[in-house]
Amino acid sequence: MRAFLIVIGRDLQLAIKNGGATLTQLIFFISIGVIMPIAIGPDKQILADLAPAIIWIAALLSTLLGLDRLFVADHEDGTLLSLHHASISLTSISAAKIISHWLITALPLILATPLLAVMLFMELPQFLATITALLLGTPALAALGAIGAAISVTLKRGGMVAPILILPLAIPILIFGVSAANSFAGAQTSSSAMLFLGAISLLAVAFAPFAISLALKAAEE
Amino acid sequence: MTDCLKSQKISVSANNLGCFRDQFPIFNEISFSLSAGEALFLRGANGSGKTSLLLVLAGILPYSGKFEIKRFGENQQDIPANQLIHFIGHQNAIKPELTLKQNLQFWAQMYNGDQTSISQILEKARLFGLDNFLAGHLSAGQKHRLSLCRLLLSPRPLWLLDEPTSTLDSQGDTWVSDLISSHLANAGIIIAATHRTIELKDQKKTKSLTMGANK
Repeated sequence: MRAFLIVIGRDLQLAIKNGGATLTQLIFFISIGVIMPIAIGPDKQILADLAPAIIWIAALLSTLLGLDRLFVADHEDGTLLSLHHASISLTSISAAKIISHWLITALPLILATPLLAVMLFMELPQFLATITALLLGTPALAALGAIGAAISVTLKRGGMVAPILILPLAIPILIFGVSAANSFAGAQTSSSAMLFLGAISLLAVAFAPFAISLALKAAEE
Repeated sequence: MTDCLKSQKISVSANNLGCFRDQFPIFNEISFSLSAGEALFLRGANGSGKTSLLLVLAGILPYSGKFEIKRFGENQQDIPANQLIHFIGHQNAIKPELTLKQNLQFWAQMYNGDQTSISQILEKARLFGLDNFLAGHLSAGQKHRLSLCRLLLSPRPLWLLDEPTSTLDSQGDTWVSDLISSHLANAGIIIAATHRTIELKDQKKTKSLTMGANK
């Protein structure tokens, strides 16, 4: 367990040292919120109606942006190779990587969501539903993204392959995420979409570490 | 550390090992056996499969044939094979953004090792006083020394070394041969790929295997 936390701690430490990457991603996320009103027009009602979908698309695209650096550095400098002989399994390390990936890429976006909510004229209940849906759904995005990143770790310019690989798999998350955020008025449908979103996240986070460690082992061959 | 290693006594044997990469045979019919306190030096031209053999022994590459690590010590039957091995390859597994100390602390925790002796280990590697220096600013030879420091973080019986002296100066050569000698004296086993001769105190305990001869 200690070694598990150490892996997360080191990833966070490295992310802070290379702060530019997280910042770029955050600015990308916010810029989508800025350009949408320009593209759609200043109609408050339309923007507010579309807001949950816009925020979800922005979150999806900007989490994909951070995928290329998830495993590539560790693969190139031999860290992954040496972790084969660590006292914790590659599967546990993969689980730790999902958590650190979520903390580095998804959490800053969720924290920046109020900014987008203001720009898109969201109402408070709608905003709260969106942020709950993001909290429930982004772990699945992080887990799927990590699988894509692990599969494409040996490819040159793999940064673009991982997003294309996982985009189709992310569609259910998008569907339930947007409907959970949209149906804040009718509590019934909202809660069932939320439950589905939570279930997808739990399943993805539970199974992804096995897929990731398998992909990383294959990458060393 | 010494006592700890003595209790982890092992012997290794390889029988008829072969390795393919992309259907291309890298090596075949490699057999050897080593008992506690013995070293095997792999020699051979570039591309003869020395690194691949080390990766096979480290459990990274798939192989044909039989490779076995026998454990003799008490209470160690349940230690997984991967935790009996230290592998130091060409890639040094160093994060340039972190300090020397932070780099070694991470590996100490990954290898279940001892963090308190990091300063002494750095001193032995002639990296003394650089604890809080960024690893990215080290020279190639110094990075290699830092990478070799991982061997000392936790006692493990089997060391797999790929070109341990390739970028080192003459003092570094002496340091590596001292490391190897003391590991062998503590009943450890070393398999190293090397072009340069490593002078050891006790030459009787070393074997050598020339790769690429039976291709």
